[in-house]
Amino acid sequence: MLKRYLKLLGIQLKASGLLSLQYRADFFTEGVTSLFWTFTALAPLFVVYGERPNLEGWSFHEALLVVGWFTLLQGILEGAINPSLTGVVEHIRKGTLDFVLLKPADAQFLVSTQRFQPWRAFNVLTGVGLFIYAFSSMGRWPSVPGLLASVLLLGTSTLLLYSLWILTVSAAFFVVRVDNLTYLFSSIFDFARWPSNVFQGVGRGVLMLVFTYVIPLSLMTTFPAEAMLGRLPPQALVGAVVGAGLFAWGSRQVWLRSISRYTSASS
Amino acid sequence: MSARTTLRALPTLLRVGFAEAVAYRAEMLIWVLSTTMPLVNMVLWMAVAREAPVGRFSEADFVGYFLATFAIRQLATSWAAWLINWEVKQGTLAMRLLRPISPLWAYGLDSVANFPLRLVVAVPVILLSVALVGAKAVPQHAWQWGFFVLSLVGGWAIAFLANVAIGALCFFLESSERVLEVWLVLFFVCSGYMYPVELLPPTLRTLIDWLPFRYQIGLPVEMLTGAHGWDAAVRLLMAQWAWVAGLAVVAGVAWKQGVKRFAAFGG
Repeated sequence: MLKRYLKLLGIQLKASGLLSLQYRADFFTEGVTSLFWTFTALAPLFVVYGERPNLEGWSFHEALLVVGWFTLLQGILEGAINPSLTGVVEHIRKGTLDFVLLKPADAQFLVSTQRFQPWRAFNVLTGVGLFIYAFSSMGRWPSVPGLLASVLLLGTSTLLLYSLWILTVSAAFFVVRVDNLTYLFSSIFDFARWPSNVFQGVGRGVLMLVFTYVIPLSLMTTFPAEAMLGRLPPQALVGAVVGAGLFAWGSRQVWLRSISRYTSASS
Repeated sequence: MSARTTLRALPTLLRVGFAEAVAYRAEMLIWVLSTTMPLVNMVLWMAVAREAPVGRFSEADFVGYFLATFAIRQLATSWAAWLINWEVKQGTLAMRLLRPISPLWAYGLDSVANFPLRLVVAVPVILLSVALVGAKAVPQHAWQWGFFVLSLVGGWAIAFLANVAIGALCFFLESSERVLEVWLVLFFVCSGYMYPVELLPPTLRTLIDWLPFRYQIGLPVEMLTGAHGWDAAVRLLMAQWAWVAGLAVVAGVAWKQGVKRFAAFGG
């Protein structure tokens, strides 16, 4: 069973890999646009830290790590998650989702692996560049356990991001014209540009609770950055792993329900 | 394509546009929800200003500023570039070109027809701002209201004309969506959308005064929050309308030259 799915994944990866090799010039345009978007993420940082050396316990370079994680995850989101799930929205609108549902493999697996845009991985490089710059400016390097924890958190962040996307896509079964669901999602993700502690002073910390437990954005960027800095408590790490697992399970349930509610194009 | 035919068709086009806007109101709600970036920045700047005001901005001023930004973004906006790209790619532009009215009127009126629904979102936000910040969230004098409306119309015109100019580029390039992306990045950074322009260092501010971006969102917001006296307001409005005129010429020429190159299937 597992072997069959791995083989399927290999086939899908190969197909979209070949497809992207057709458009090699994209490599450069992706690079340039990735740098541009990083710039928008950094611009407010410069303005804010021009006013204050320290914001809710985060220095400029520490906040840079959060932006680095944001950029990196954006690369994963746009390279691996967005393209295939935008495809679902397209399927629903055209009524071709029926063909996917009829195939003898799990529909969620099929739709989430149908398309990749490897060139978008440029964002990952930009993110890593930001880490290196931030740490070399701070004059220290992350500890090995800290680094390992952050790699583990990269896994949970990706899982969370993917689950959130599944939830958004499930909404596509209920709203009709959904071209801009992508924008809705990335605008929620915008909050993750900043260390979540920044929001603790506003609305008596309600916002921080929302971003930790309801829409777990702080788990995605703030936690890994803290892990790199070596100040993430171990129980937070455990909480992140368990939380991400639960969240993924929940989104899977929502997806299954949406699918069962889906009335095909012809009925 | 006489002026009289165009004039006669205007009410119908507006009616159709309005009916479409009402039909796709769910989509518009998603669009509204996806412009939450001012709210992210509001929370952020509230945190920054909690201990001491930034420039002339206290915590309450930031609330007023960003709620105004949120409201203005709903009004002074246009998706024409995206629409033009799509219609050129699909070839459906041919259908519009067959009609005895320039497609530009259709794009423009489509956006204008959305206005009543957009006001339904924007007005409560401004009222909320008045409730939170007090009467200073809106203009105090009649002339300030007049200037605000003028700057809002100018802001919309800049958004629309720039969109047409960028959209028309897709006749020359295969797709101008990348150019639109670059424009958007500059817009985010320079328009006062992420932070009030006055918080930037003076040299950068002079540069931004010469660019069009600030006049799309920043100026209407400043007019609404009464940031300028009579003299400065008149000077800025003149700069804004100079940009409107300039962009009108650019957009007109780019469109005319572009349409000549357009060859749809079967055309």
